[in-house]
Amino acid sequence: MTERTSSLQDIFSGRGGNGASFLKENSLPTRKNEAWHYTSLRGLAKTIWQAAPALDQGRIDVWLARLALPPAQGVVVFANGRFVPSCSSLPEGVILQADLTPEDGVNTTSFSGMLNEALEQKGLELHVPDGQDAGLLVMLVLNEGEGVSTHLRHKISLGVKASLTILEVSVGRGRYLNNPVFEIECADRAHLTHVKQQNESLEAYHLAFVSAMIGKKAVYESFTLQQGGKIARHEVRTDLQNEQAIAHVNAIQVVSGQSHHDLTSFIHHIAPHCQSRQTVRTVMDQEGTGVFQGKILVDQKAQKTDGYQMNQALLLSDSAQMNSKPELEIYADDVRCSHGATVGALDEEQLFYLRSRGIAEAQARAMLIRAFLNESLELLGDQTIVRDYLLGSMNLHD
Amino acid sequence: MTSFLDIRDLEAQIEADEGTKPILKGLSLSVPKGEVHAIMGPNGSGKSTLSYVLAGREDYEVTGGSVVFKGEDLLALAPEERAALGVFLAFQAPVELPGVNNANFLRTAVNAIRKAREETELDAVAFLKLVREEMRHLSMSPEMLKRAVNVGFSGGEKKRNEVLQMRLLKPSLAILDETDSGLDIDALRIVAEGVNSLRGPEFSALVITHHQRLLDYIVPDKVHVMAMGRIIHSGGPEIALQLEKEGYKAFLEAAA
Repeated sequence: MTERTSSLQDIFSGRGGNGASFLKENSLPTRKNEAWHYTSLRGLAKTIWQAAPALDQGRIDVWLARLALPPAQGVVVFANGRFVPSCSSLPEGVILQADLTPEDGVNTTSFSGMLNEALEQKGLELHVPDGQDAGLLVMLVLNEGEGVSTHLRHKISLGVKASLTILEVSVGRGRYLNNPVFEIECADRAHLTHVKQQNESLEAYHLAFVSAMIGKKAVYESFTLQQGGKIARHEVRTDLQNEQAIAHVNAIQVVSGQSHHDLTSFIHHIAPHCQSRQTVRTVMDQEGTGVFQGKILVDQKAQKTDGYQMNQALLLSDSAQMNSKPELEIYADDVRCSHGATVGALDEEQLFYLRSRGIAEAQARAMLIRAFLNESLELLGDQTIVRDYLLGSMNLHD
Repeated sequence: MTSFLDIRDLEAQIEADEGTKPILKGLSLSVPKGEVHAIMGPNGSGKSTLSYVLAGREDYEVTGGSVVFKGEDLLALAPEERAALGVFLAFQAPVELPGVNNANFLRTAVNAIRKAREETELDAVAFLKLVREEMRHLSMSPEMLKRAVNVGFSGGEKKRNEVLQMRLLKPSLAILDETDSGLDIDALRIVAEGVNSLRGPEFSALVITHHQRLLDYIVPDKVHVMAMGRIIHSGGPEIALQLEKEGYKAFLEAAA
């Protein structure tokens, strides 16, 4: 029996000017597509996805009041795919550019990336000039509606020795599809910290794709917290083409109910002396499923590569499921690459220790789960404002 | 009159790879209120199992006998309820808790116990004052509050952290499972002082040890010799000296 596959054109109701031919010629990836083996997008075909209509200011205000966003040098708000200038202000010295095109173009060899390209909506396009430290920019992305989709394409560029921290917060209401893409370019010695909280509606689809180009001695440091959405995938691709470039792809996935979280990364070490770090922790309860697919490819020329990948999963119920696929493909002979994967339940010995000190079982379990996640949040280093925000939104404060 | 702690014909087993393995085989023991008793015995006699069964570890299945503590059926209680009732186990090898801050852990435990005993909970300031004072007595660096529980602690630091918890939780029955193992003489003295300072009419203890050495510092009211899952002999502190000199052979032969 062959599965009936409808073209993307049917699913996206003939939208997508320049991308119409892509939509016409392609369908949703199936399990046969290796990159989507563990994450099924079949559910997307049940809906004819419409362009999201503008969101009332009143609704935007409700969200802004509800979310305890941290103090920052700048805030930008996108609602149903539209920039909301009245709620936005950029950090001093940052330049909003209309047509920012990274010099080598973005590598969109991913379904999420290509779908976004076909239905592209202009997102945040900003440039931090050379040597400037722009501080923290909070980026709030709201989506509301039934059967609506948004496909924002953000382009962030940092000049030489520039630095910026972005806190991207995705929230919403209803059954929508949020399909954002980030094209990131860090010039030499630039430092971008990209922290993301994916806290979509539990009926929503979230298909994100990040492509980062990192200059010599520059750093792209990302930390993603996935806690919402029905099906959510955060995918990062970076080609380390410049010596001593550093990429961090760290994440926490907190999955419960019948949700599904997927963290997929592809780090390509092309130049020598580059460093990549990935620590991904997933906590699954009820019937939640988690996916980690992390590939590190080290070219023959990429000597002295320092690659680290660690994937740990905590299963809190018998029905939860984790699929972990770490891949190392190394062609250079003088490299340091390590990876590890663990999947397990809470440690009985640790639980007993806490209970023997008078701490009730439920509280003891919560303490150990919190400890598992807290350790990961320590990777945010001195980003205390952002870390406190994530702690608060996970309800992990002591 | 029932004792403070009354263990009668206790039998317990554990599931092992090769099948069910009985460990406690009809153990009886009574500890009156205010007394410190030592249990000595060769490896594999079931000493640690007894401490785990008393504290409520679920891997051990109790198949017979009873344990009455303060008039309550101890075996029917969850580990946290036993702690609230006054049972404290100082672990032989305390587990590491990565990501769990020691200060938060200690305060959570203290307040859980205080709440269960219907005492007011301590706020952060009051708690810190208390814990710093206790740590000073145990020659512990305050820096240990900032670390994750037992992570990267030396053997001696782990044992001191156990005694610190005991001092903070104020048990009425402390079970010390080979607390002396791996301690140098200074650490041993500090740990022993920590226990001795709690001695009084409301405090009883079961001190499980291999060596007579600890009993020089914590002088027991009674010594029990344990072998093959039972108490095979009980007597005064002089038994410890006899064991040190002659070994377990004579007691084992007499029990056979």
